[in-house]
Amino acid sequence: MMEVLQFEFMQNALMAGLLASLICGIIGTLVVVNRIVFISGGIAHASYGGVGLAFYLGLPVLPVTTAFTVFAALIMASVTLRARERADTVIGVIWAAGMALGIILLDITPGYNVDLMSYLFGSILAVPRSDIWLMVGLAALVFVIIIAFYRGFLVMSFDEEFARSRGVPVDFLYFLLITMIGLSVVMVIRVVGLILVIALLTIPPFIAERYSRSLDTMMIVSTLLSAAFTVTGLALSYITDITSGAAIIAVASVCFFLSFLLPCKKNG
Amino acid sequence: MVEPVISIENLFFSFEGVPILEDVSLTVEQGDFLAVLGPNGGGKSTLLKLLLGLIKPASGTIKVLGQAPGHAGGRIGYLPQHTHVSTSFPITVLEAVHMGTVRPGFRGIAGLARTSRETEKAREALERVNMLDHAKRGLAALSGGQKQRVFIARALVSDPELLLLDEPTASVDSASRSSLFSLLTELNEEMTVVMVSHDISSLVSGVKSVACVNRSLHFHEAPELTGEMLQLSYGGEGDNTCPVELVTHGTVPHRVLGLHTEDLQGDGQSGEDES
Repeated sequence: MMEVLQFEFMQNALMAGLLASLICGIIGTLVVVNRIVFISGGIAHASYGGVGLAFYLGLPVLPVTTAFTVFAALIMASVTLRARERADTVIGVIWAAGMALGIILLDITPGYNVDLMSYLFGSILAVPRSDIWLMVGLAALVFVIIIAFYRGFLVMSFDEEFARSRGVPVDFLYFLLITMIGLSVVMVIRVVGLILVIALLTIPPFIAERYSRSLDTMMIVSTLLSAAFTVTGLALSYITDITSGAAIIAVASVCFFLSFLLPCKKNG
Repeated sequence: MVEPVISIENLFFSFEGVPILEDVSLTVEQGDFLAVLGPNGGGKSTLLKLLLGLIKPASGTIKVLGQAPGHAGGRIGYLPQHTHVSTSFPITVLEAVHMGTVRPGFRGIAGLARTSRETEKAREALERVNMLDHAKRGLAALSGGQKQRVFIARALVSDPELLLLDEPTASVDSASRSSLFSLLTELNEEMTVVMVSHDISSLVSGVKSVACVNRSLHFHEAPELTGEMLQLSYGGEGDNTCPVELVTHGTVPHRVLGLHTEDLQGDGQSGEDES
């Protein structure tokens, strides 16, 4: 079993999984406590429009997808802030429109046929080294931003209205968070697929919240859980020869349901 | 002359074309304990948000502690409605109180560490609301009344001159409710307190004046119960407003009446005179 680690593709897969765990553990915690899972799902799916656009224009995929995704994310964020009442509807529309745009653009792109499945579930076993370095860069950026504004994110996430009443720049923090979600989603999607992104953003923080007494603990526990799910899923995928992304989600989902059986230690 | 803590003049506010507050004027003097009563949707919470600068009025002027709303920062202690805070958020009691030390603008949101001075302030605030023993506990494990005490501590940690409370006793059982009120009365010795409630039973001993808000605002300098207050709290028309819970307890005489002197045409609604 361990000899598999000699293969470069396996080393890359493991590193990509761990980096995705780190990014998703931190960002996912903020997604869960701010109750913005739906907008995150919208961002992840709308990013497919960026993929289509890149292939259609014949431009490099990563920069185009990043620009498109962050743009879509900021539209959703401003709708959420301005028209709270119908924000979920608008997000749902952008979610579907982005995906449809991606598929149409790929259809009319001559001579190119991208496998939709690889964007849904990713291809973690085919991650090139260059992507690993980009993920390292993004993880570092997320880390620095979170540390720089940790108090702000804490105060906003806990009680937005109180934060506003004290003059905390909540709108700035919110746009910053949404932008970080957009960047994270793009980076992680190529590796693990957009379905796995949502799973990694939500399942580990949800379980972690029940056993954490502070936001930073929750981030650390989420990252560790996420890493455990990824490694276990990869091993399972290697042994049984099932799709790696789906294996990771399966492990995470089983643990999600098992966590309800365990006592909640929080109420000490 | 001492400047009033709150002065509102000819305030109008509407939301999506529906008028919420019309021609509201109000002056709150230093040291007052004002209860703002009114039905749900009557504009009480809107008034509070206007005072905090969370929303802007259509017209009229508001001054809080001599400043425009939203500029007084930690000089105002604010207790939002209970429902705003997520119950499962991973945080200890002490950390929650710490949030009250946040400073406005970008200075307030930067960094990880807090000073030991801030921790000391947070512990003092917890001591004042009798919750210091629970400092290390998770907030989610506390009862409704205990949580409200923690949030009052969060409002107190910045040494405010004005305390604004939005429905402080909602979701609190009646035993903790009366102890919460005596805490507020105690705090009123040092600061001005404005409390919003839809519940007439919050007209307790400590309250010094009452404002009835239902689109318009009527100010009562003394906390005596009027027919209008009953109606605002319990609904019903004229004589039909006779809440059993007040009558059976017998603490409030049935026929306490106070007409709005400037609004006599509405007297048919506030009277039980014939009974």
